[in-house]
Amino acid sequence: MEVIKRITKMREFMIFSIVFVIFIVMSFASPYFLSTGNILALMLGLSLETIIAVAMANLMVSGGFDMSVGSVVGFIGAVVALTIRAGVPVILAVLIGLVIGGAIGCFNGFIISKIGINPFVTTLASLSLFRGLTLILTKGQNITGLGRTFKAIGQSKLLGIQAPIWYAIILVIIGDILLRKSRFFRQNYYIGGNEKAAILSGIKASKMKILNYSLTGLLAGFAGIVMASRLGAASVTAGTGLELRVITAVIIGGASLSGGEGTVVGAFFGAVLMALITNALTLLGVDVYWQTFVIGATLLIAVLIDQAGKVRKERKKDN
Amino acid sequence: MLKYILETKGIVKDFPGVRALEQVDLKIKKGEVHALVGENGAGKSTLMLTLGGIHKPDKGEILIEGERVHFESAHDANSKGISVVYQELSLVPNLSVAENIFANRQPVGKFNIIKKQELIQKTKEMLKLFNIDYIDPMMLVKNLSIANQQVVEILKAISFNPKILILDEPTSSLTEIEVKRLFDNIRMLKKKGISFIYISHHLHEIFEIADSVTILRDGKYICDADVKDIDEDFLIRNMVGREIVNMYGERKEDQKIGDTIFEVKDISKKDTYHNINFSVRQGEIVGFAGLVGAGRTEVGRGIFGAEPIDSGVIYLEGKKLKIKSPSDAIKHKISYLTEDRKTQGLYLDFSIKSNFISNKLDDFTSGIFIKDNKVNRSVEGYIKEFGVVTPSADRNVSNLSGGNQQKVLLGMWFGIHPKVLIVDEPTRGVDVGAKSEIYELLRELASKGTAVIVISSDLPEVLGISDRIIVMKEGHIVGELSKEEADEENVIALATGVDK
Repeated sequence: MEVIKRITKMREFMIFSIVFVIFIVMSFASPYFLSTGNILALMLGLSLETIIAVAMANLMVSGGFDMSVGSVVGFIGAVVALTIRAGVPVILAVLIGLVIGGAIGCFNGFIISKIGINPFVTTLASLSLFRGLTLILTKGQNITGLGRTFKAIGQSKLLGIQAPIWYAIILVIIGDILLRKSRFFRQNYYIGGNEKAAILSGIKASKMKILNYSLTGLLAGFAGIVMASRLGAASVTAGTGLELRVITAVIIGGASLSGGEGTVVGAFFGAVLMALITNALTLLGVDVYWQTFVIGATLLIAVLIDQAGKVRKERKKDN
Repeated sequence: MLKYILETKGIVKDFPGVRALEQVDLKIKKGEVHALVGENGAGKSTLMLTLGGIHKPDKGEILIEGERVHFESAHDANSKGISVVYQELSLVPNLSVAENIFANRQPVGKFNIIKKQELIQKTKEMLKLFNIDYIDPMMLVKNLSIANQQVVEILKAISFNPKILILDEPTSSLTEIEVKRLFDNIRMLKKKGISFIYISHHLHEIFEIADSVTILRDGKYICDADVKDIDEDFLIRNMVGREIVNMYGERKEDQKIGDTIFEVKDISKKDTYHNINFSVRQGEIVGFAGLVGAGRTEVGRGIFGAEPIDSGVIYLEGKKLKIKSPSDAIKHKISYLTEDRKTQGLYLDFSIKSNFISNKLDDFTSGIFIKDNKVNRSVEGYIKEFGVVTPSADRNVSNLSGGNQQKVLLGMWFGIHPKVLIVDEPTRGVDVGAKSEIYELLRELASKGTAVIVISSDLPEVLGISDRIIVMKEGHIVGELSKEEADEENVIALATGVDK
């Protein structure tokens, strides 16, 4: 009983229930909805933002925040594509891309934790910096002709399921276990919950923060590589606006901007919920222009429900 | 056998522009409670942070059991046997009791994965130490009361197996009963051989719990003594460096209490307070005593319109008032000084000047502009009148000591020339010296005809300053005592509902 009670109280459970209800309703409303093709398309659609959301959830638990992930996706895609076109072996090019992605995150993290600039401002600057660099490097042209080996990264299939979906699922599972159960990543809950206390408990908060941003950059870079590979081209606009979708998913999944709460699975369900709503609206023939509006409404409703729950608990505590 | 478990010799600590500690010597015996007293700015916090490994001393040495130690971090201090329980609770609200106690020291197995059962078991053992069975190790800290949060904080410190436990103002947000429980725990741990450094502004606590005491003033060691050899006057004299005869002051002969000007009839708020009736006369100081959570603050905030009352009537000078928000209250010349000056009372990152005018912008505005000249003149006057120690009115309030911050808050609200002044915990975190000045200011305001309401959990204070004491318990007024009738015992008896 105790366990069931605890589970039903979790934010993930709430999101999961909503996802579940939409699933049931949609499977009756549209015969096409439950087809393998539709489900896979849906999963493929949310795989990239899920990959980034894994790192973003970790980052936001620690009280951090990264606006630049969309630009990093575009930038790393372009860097890797250009490196490959310059004749560098694919594996090496991918490694270079991942390292640069991590380095960008490290750069953000350093400015935020060592110099003390606000995360929003820092990563907002990075957002423009790296979108700008992408445009400069590519001169605004998409880069194609990346070869079969590179395309395999994003276009292979295993058991009929596309590679990006696998990446996302594996990262979600590993990420959730680490953030939930490993002492190392649990440090982020302390940092996000009460940074001063965390430091007094012997947690090296600023190093940890830099690591969190680095991981976010790394996974954004990875997403950029997967995206370029899937499309067979590095697009200069790749990842535009992605940061907002990722952050929205993480918040719907139970994180807050002030840190100290949130989980990877929650963020994943948040991403699923958003993709599901978009998918449902499309299948139901709702005007495509409504989609963004509905995402906004979902975010608002999620945090309102959460707030209502908090207020109720607060009352209970007083009595 | 070694005489001292902890010793400091000639500790010096400089901060840019200030010498925070100058040749401080401290000697702590095994298994004793050693009080550290001094006014704000006397260097208690700096000394504590030095012992806790947060600050590195510029000169001098720290010896634990006769052995010289160096701390590079809080962690070092912990591992050498010093744990600190900070005044500002250092817990993480969204994590469980267990994860707070064993912060970053959770037992782990393969792949760094936390062993949850072992963690819970270890926490249960810790809780058993204090005979606590009502806290579930997996309960989130944010769902605990302040007193229980502090228990968790102390358990966290004890989990390091310290030789010396430093408690910084541990009773500042506890009720009398909770303080008793804390003291019982301290005595129990003392028997186990743990030494304590006990920092407190409440001098009477020192006589209750401490064995010996060291007094600091202006960063310097003044003296140490066994508690049994000294009295409160000795402490105050050495802390302040001058004689304070009667800290709470006395009503002057010629100052008579006038007619009733403020009256509260049957005010209630759902789940908070019920049918509150009382009145205050001109020039009278009425104290509100009771346990934390008795609803005193809520009544104050209700009258002020911060959380408007549900029902009942408030009269000022015979006129019925409608107060739906603080701005209504201010219009009627009712002031309320919050107990929480740092988060609700002051704009910490603003200057003294900006704080002072924040609740009376209209007075300093002509057309659409704020008149700087008028502001400057007025603020300078207040700084002088209230004895705020600051180089300039442009200094940020966050840089002032607790006592000076409180004086700025008083200045802010005296400045609207209140007919009724409600002040909540007026001297929390304030030095003895500044305390007596604050009481003086309150008496002076009353002597000009203001009805003053003092909400305080500090019993000696409420007894010392009030002409009349109203006691609240669980949202009800349970008694009213005149100055002559009231003493600590009967107030506590009323507040707790326990007859002695």
